[in-house]
Amino acid sequence: MFPVKVENLSYAYGTRRALADVTFSISQGEVFGFLGPNGSGKTTLFKILSTLIPADPAAVNILGHQLGSGLQSIRQYLGVVFQHPSLDQKLTVTENLRHHGHLYALRGNTLKQRIQETLDQFELTDRADERVETLSGGLQRRVELAKATLHRPKLLLLDEPSTGLDPGARRSFRTYLADLQETTVVLTTHILGDAEACDRVGILNEGKLTAVGTPDELKRQVSGDIVIVDSPVPEQLAPKIDQQFGYGVALIEGTLRIECHNGHEFVRDVVAAFPSEIQSVRFAKPTLEDVFIKLTGRHFAEDKVNENSEVLKSNHI
Amino acid sequence: MSAIAQPLIFWLLLGGGLNASFNPPGVPEGTSYIEYFYPGIITLALLFTTIFATISIVQDRREGFLQGVLVAPVSRSVVVLGQSLGGTTLALFQGALLLFLAPMVGVPLNPFSVFSTLGVMLTLSFGLTNLGLIIAWRMDSTQGFHAIMNLILIPIWLLSGAFFPVSGVPLLLEWTMKLNPLTYGIAALRRCLYFNASTISQEIPQLTLSLLVTGLFCVVTYLGAALTAHRRPNAA
Repeated sequence: MFPVKVENLSYAYGTRRALADVTFSISQGEVFGFLGPNGSGKTTLFKILSTLIPADPAAVNILGHQLGSGLQSIRQYLGVVFQHPSLDQKLTVTENLRHHGHLYALRGNTLKQRIQETLDQFELTDRADERVETLSGGLQRRVELAKATLHRPKLLLLDEPSTGLDPGARRSFRTYLADLQETTVVLTTHILGDAEACDRVGILNEGKLTAVGTPDELKRQVSGDIVIVDSPVPEQLAPKIDQQFGYGVALIEGTLRIECHNGHEFVRDVVAAFPSEIQSVRFAKPTLEDVFIKLTGRHFAEDKVNENSEVLKSNHI
Repeated sequence: MSAIAQPLIFWLLLGGGLNASFNPPGVPEGTSYIEYFYPGIITLALLFTTIFATISIVQDRREGFLQGVLVAPVSRSVVVLGQSLGGTTLALFQGALLLFLAPMVGVPLNPFSVFSTLGVMLTLSFGLTNLGLIIAWRMDSTQGFHAIMNLILIPIWLLSGAFFPVSGVPLLLEWTMKLNPLTYGIAALRRCLYFNASTISQEIPQLTLSLLVTGLFCVVTYLGAALTAHRRPNAA
């Protein structure tokens, strides 16, 4: 049995199509990531899976229940971490957890014990009686995660889980993901590092699921190396490289990306051939971003997010 | 705090300003406007408190605490009941504070009138919170909520006998006021405040009818709020 099985799911807001004919299934214990830029439909998919917006019940099966009739049975075993904070800022960590437990019909000693275990697991015990508003952003995210797992969900849904985390917190979050054994995890992300940490990744673009596979499988779709060339005259240079070397050249937002087999030799040759038309050359092993570009013909995100710039931004908030 | 401060300012300014010209038919001789306005001010404080309590869910549902509640195995009608009781608690607290001012405006209080008034406040707050919830669950922005508040909620309050009595107004207004459920809420409040006292107008609806309508208002608005929450799972 698949904890999540989605068949031919489409969803539209009015006339704007958000998801088109999406089909996938996720196995027990798997960490599955949906990678896509903003507007790719991943938030819509997340909302459907977390039972926040209704979708065609026949298309979505979660933990053996259909979305419509099995709603309450699904919710019982669902743990959700939202992109936006869902903690009561004025309550302490323990109070937030206690309230969450009540929502899942946990009471008395069972609840007390669960809270203690969860606090220990997430190393929050010494912060247990502090108000959430006094905690740092990273700690608050940890409390969110603790809250979502308090009732021992079978399926954990995480929406952009590491957005706003500093690199250290991001690493420990990925370690936590790797340590989960029983729980099935579905996450959405636009951060490539998160996707790399998943067992399998689904690439979403404009509402369509373009590819599904392990990060390595996906990267194998891009043959060999990636060479990125910056040029003051990219339009003129692209056909010349194509003609001389016979590699396909993709022109994306002013930079040339060339997929080739012997990257190091090509770098030397291309600079020798067009010295005046090349500003800089970078050489890279394929990443999931290259897979995305190959599949969709466009850059991963218009608001291209670099992990470090994201961190800077979050420190300002 | 502002939920109670604004009604108090209204009360002092309008009560003081209109006192001299206040002499409508259907109000007992010697009732000052400050005194007439008093139950209306209590109701306004209840209305403001419940509205402020419900307005937060517009935002909360999409990026706050409520998100977690909405994916929990708890039915929408129970969530709504929790929200109503929360708003009611806050409003009742504000109403009780205002009750302390009764002797100052010449409203004679006795234990019975205090308890029955608190009872009416409780019912009224519950109904008003539900009314706020019906609106809040439909709204995508708090700005929209403010517009609704000014266009619908404040007129409902103005036309409830809180501000001026039903008698002596144009026919159309008179009927609007008679069909306004809040008219009966205010009447119930008046009749309980002046329990056993003879200085009360006979023009306002009778106590039994008032309580009945107010009770019905609670039930209908609660069902409305629960249904709205059920139908609007979450704004995208």
